[in-house]
Formats: sequence, C-alpha cells, structure tokens
Amino acid sequence: MHSPPTAQSSHTSRKALRVIACGALAREIEALRATSALAHISLTCLPAILHNHPERIAPAVDEAITKAKADGYRNIFVAYAECGTGGALDTVCERHGVGRIDGPHCYAFYAGLGTFEAWDEFDAFYLTDFLARQFKAFVVDPLKLDQHPELIAMMFKNYKKLVYLEQQRDDELRRKAQDAAEFLGLEYELRVTGFGELTSALETVDHAH
Amino acid sequence: MSDEAEIVLSELSTEDLVLQMHDDLYDGLKEEIEEGTNILLERGWAPYKVLTEALVEGMRIVGEDFRDGILFVPEVLLSANAMKAGMFILRPLLAATGAPKQGKMVIGTVKGDIHDIGKNLVGMMMEGAGFDVIDLGINNPVENYIDAIEEHEPDILGMSALLTTTMPYMKVVIDTMVEKGIRDDYTVLVGGAPLNEEFGAAIGADAYCRDAAVAVETAKEFMARKHNQRASA
Repeated sequence: MHSPPTAQSSHTSRKALRVIACGALAREIEALRATSALAHISLTCLPAILHNHPERIAPAVDEAITKAKADGYRNIFVAYAECGTGGALDTVCERHGVGRIDGPHCYAFYAGLGTFEAWDEFDAFYLTDFLARQFKAFVVDPLKLDQHPELIAMMFKNYKKLVYLEQQRDDELRRKAQDAAEFLGLEYELRVTGFGELTSALETVDHAH
Repeated sequence: MSDEAEIVLSELSTEDLVLQMHDDLYDGLKEEIEEGTNILLERGWAPYKVLTEALVEGMRIVGEDFRDGILFVPEVLLSANAMKAGMFILRPLLAATGAPKQGKMVIGTVKGDIHDIGKNLVGMMMEGAGFDVIDLGINNPVENYIDAIEEHEPDILGMSALLTTTMPYMKVVIDTMVEKGIRDDYTVLVGGAPLNEEFGAAIGADAYCRDAAVAVETAKEFMARKHNQRASA
C-alpha cells in the first residue's frame, strides 16, 4: 500500500507518480510493477465497466485527478487511451495538465499504434486478456446476448472475425477467447502482443519525473 | 407460474389494443406486434393510422426512455425489431394506399465503419415518419453517396459513424459535394456516438442529430423550411 505524499514530504521525486488507470489494465500494470522499475508508482484504478458508458469516463477521471491532487500528488498520469470519449477525456487531461496513453483505445496501444493502423481491420472484434476473462460480464450480460440470442446477429453481423490480442500467455484465456468467437459466430484469430506500448508509456512518464 | 392473466389481443378494445402495442413494442415482442398490426387492419384502420398511432408512437416512448438512460441499446434493438416486423406488414399497404410522404433520404455509414445500429434506427424511424429511405448500408466511400444522390435525388443525406477514426470521413463527403457544386441542394444530417454539434458544424453539415427521434424532427424542420422557401419563391 502506498502512503499519499504530503505537501511537506519529499514525494515530489520520481517516486510520487500517481497512475490513474482503467480497471481493464489493472492486472497488466500490476504485472509491470512486480517485474520492473515501475514498482514505486502509485496505482489507482477506475471501474472497467465505465467502458460500457464511455460518457462516464472523463468525469470519473476528472474526479480521480482532483483527488490525487488533493492527496498531494504533483505527477499524475492517466492510463487510458481516448476510449471513445469523443475528446472529453483529452479536455479533462489538458485542463489538469496531465498526460494519457496515446491512441484511440487499448487494442491500439497493445498492438502498437503503427501496427494497429496498418492492420486496418474495421471488421475485427478485438479481445484483450481482460475482455477474454470478462467476456460474459462485459459483453454477453450487458448486451443481453444470453437472454436474446437474436441480438447476436443484430449486433455482430458486420464483424468477420474475433481477434484475441494476448498480453500474457494463459491457455485458459485462449480457450475462452475461442469460445467467445464461436458464441458470436466469428472466425477466431490469436495475436500475441504482450503489453505493447503500455510499458513504454509508463516508463516514459516515470523517467520524466 | 405468473399470477397475471394472459392478455388476448383480439379481445381488447381498439383503444386498449393500441396501448398494449405500445407496451409490447417497449418489451420488444415481435410476434405480438405482428398480431396487433393485423388486428387493427382487420378492424378497418388505415395502414398509415396503424403506423403512426400504434408503431411510431410506441417507438417514440422507447426513444425517450433511451435518451433518458432508462433503456439501453439491447432493449431498443428488440423494440426496433418488433417495429420492423409491423412495418413489414404495413409497407406494401402504405404504398398501395398512397400514405402521405414527407420526403426522401439517402443514409449510410461512412467508409471504414461497420456500425449500423444507430443508422438502422434512424432509417426505420424516418420511414415511419413518412420518408422514403434509401439505405446504403455500411462502409461507404464517397462515390457511393454521390452516386446515390444522383440516382435517387433525395432531400436529405444522412451519414453515420461510431468511431472517432471514421467520423472525419463525413467531411470528405461534404467537401466532395461542395466541389461538385451540389452541397446546397441537399440537407446533410450527421450522427453517431462520438459526434457532437460542434463537429457537425465544423465539417459543414446542416445538423448533428443525437438520436433517431431528433433526426426525424430535424428532417421534418428542414423539409418545412424547404417547402416555405418554395412557396415564397
């Protein structure tokens, strides 16, 4: 557990970085903290389910930044991409003078922005480790696909394939991702991305402080 | 076992049947809507009256609750599916009985984007409001829009996008219309989750429509202006 820095403390050093992250990145950032020089960062996560209502992301991040500042953190970083907020998240970050991860969404920074753009696959439905693990809670249940299977075709008929972007090897998750593809009636493809640009984004902001 | 007695639609008064159809639309009950539509027709209702008072009014309630965060996309899709079933019955009858027409709209999702839930809802509600709707589907390059405009000569062009990466393509279409000198011949309406009024204005659209109900009202307003301009010319 991390003690928040006080105004009188010396936590304005590199150790006083507060990362406000999407809950969908919590495991990955914790994994980075466990194995890298990022162990000292203070992590706070917002509920990943905010993604089902993107208009709620920017206000939640705004509140978290305000709280971090009130707790004495001067160096704050937002571990979100744009995430379909329509510019609202950038407006919040700019107002607070806080950076975020580059890119439109986590699929892009896991793959690498250039790589993702080059894929140019608008008919692909992407899963990450988080989404493979939480497919039922984040896709099936909120979209009521179990209760009303006719919605599957209505919502997914224009997708061709499900692409699982794998961060950490886990055969159980691979099986779940494959099951998800079958459930949605899509072709399945696995691509191993690792943490992609999530690692470099956190390292860069950490080194800057 | 439910304590509620099963409702037999054919035994309801016409007034109660219409109210029940609003409830059934709200609950996305496709078969009940088909049955209710047929009963109203059998009781001598004009197809246009069935459409507006039973179906469109029911979807108006659904649209309001969607806007207010009471209903979400799955429920609205089920409602739309039920309305679609009713409209399938009414469509040929509406054509045969010469129901009033509001105007014509070409609509499509822009290039690089396969999302069509919102577009389909707008198309359906526009049709319900009396517009002829030519749906170009998804992933439309500028040529599709221009060709469709030339072929169908609509009053309104509607463009939809769900992604921040694809919504700028709407400007490509509008700029092409400007280059061809045809921009002012049409009302251009845009919509999609990441858009807003500011974006609509910035790309040169006539209006941004946040949902299907707003799209219908906006389209009607522009048609009224058009008619007034013609009348005063």
